Amino acid sequence: MTAKDALTERYQDLLSVYLKAKTETTLYKGQQFSRKLLEQQISPEDLVSLHIQVMDELFPNMSEEMRDSFDFLLEAMIGYGFAYREHQSLRDKQQQLESEIEVAASMQQTLLLSDVPEFDELDIGVVSVPAKKMNGDYYNFVKSGSSLSVAVADIIGKGIPAALCMSMIKYAMDSLPEEQMKPHLLLENLNRVVEQNVNSNMFITMFHGVYEPESHKFFYAGAGHEPGFIYHAKEDQFHDLIAKGLVLGVSRTTTYHPYERVVEVGDMVILLSDGVTECRTSKGFIEREEIVSLIRKYMDLPAQNVVENVFQELDRLQGFELRDDFTLIILKRMV
Amino acid sequence: MDIQSCVEVRNEWDIVSARQLGRNMAKELGFGNVDQARITTAISELARNIYLYAGRGKICIEPIDQLGRKGLRIVALDNGPGIREIRKVMEDGYTTSGGLGAGLPGVKRLMDEFSIESTVDVGTEISATKWLR
Repeated sequence: MTAKDALTERYQDLLSVYLKAKTETTLYKGQQFSRKLLEQQISPEDLVSLHIQVMDELFPNMSEEMRDSFDFLLEAMIGYGFAYREHQSLRDKQQQLESEIEVAASMQQTLLLSDVPEFDELDIGVVSVPAKKMNGDYYNFVKSGSSLSVAVADIIGKGIPAALCMSMIKYAMDSLPEEQMKPHLLLENLNRVVEQNVNSNMFITMFHGVYEPESHKFFYAGAGHEPGFIYHAKEDQFHDLIAKGLVLGVSRTTTYHPYERVVEVGDMVILLSDGVTECRTSKGFIEREEIVSLIRKYMDLPAQNVVENVFQELDRLQGFELRDDFTLIILKRMV
Repeated sequence: MDIQSCVEVRNEWDIVSARQLGRNMAKELGFGNVDQARITTAISELARNIYLYAGRGKICIEPIDQLGRKGLRIVALDNGPGIREIRKVMEDGYTTSGGLGAGLPGVKRLMDEFSIESTVDVGTEISATKWLR
């Protein structure tokens, strides 16, 4: 017996039982039967045809008008069959796309993964979480000589285009010679790369800094990026780490201003993406002061625990639905 | 019954004639009621495309017999503007008429075999086959 014959038989059984004693039980079975039909990808016009076949057998003396009306119904169902098959094909396509994105996302993870280097002088913590599958935020640590270079970037835009762009930034940074590790020069270089290679409707903000353990100075420059914070332990206060500069990719000739700060023992440098400051709660956008007070709440913990705790609290405040990619980095001078 | 029969398509009434021709032949060949409805729907769609986009053309229906395997083939011919991006029109969800038309992917799914050739400013030839099971 073919699958179709089995279905016909089952339908005939159900229908004759129902016609004899119109019970809710049989109707319920009918509803469950429809699930089976969907499983076997029986289209609507096939079901109507099944009904006609069964009715022909149950009522051989059915009036001609009744019989003809079924043919008309069948014709009218064809459009639904069309829609049903289109739905199936679109669903298949969607599954295929999703698995492709899945692969791309894990590839991105591998490509962009940046190990946190070990420094005796510094305690480093980092958390970077994408809002969707692909992360449009990018952070990078490089140990060059005795110095630490740290970068945070954010593409204006989300998802796959942003992620592709991020990969380009990574390779551009990797290929820059070491003497250009001065933050403002690095940004000028990257700006030219972005201006030449990226569509004019896409912009990248970036913050780059270099920590020099000998002088305990933090050199930095910014390209339109969300300002970070610096915490001075001596006065127990947070200050904005403002670095003025145009976003990358606007003009070929943009130059960036070099900034520097002295970092004392116990001081912290905090870098972030706008996914942190643009956290939205039911009360509206979160204020920068609230982030500061969250950091303050946890700042006696190791840097990695601080960033993780801050992320978890902000995530919870937003009902576990990130609206933007979220990156938070803390560097704390230990000795 | 071996000869191909054609219907000229110039207006909406001709679509009905094309359907009638297809249904008669499908019945004669022994197609069941669902397949008859599918074949006539495919004919409707192809004829409507001619009527809407080419203005005029023809629908030909022919019985086929390949080594004892029987079927029915629909050929839609026109000398209209042609289709610039065949790949696009074969994508789901792309219907220039904006209506509920199932479009060419729908026709393809209704039938067993489907082929399309089109040259811009020369015309389009679509052929679709349904085999008798």
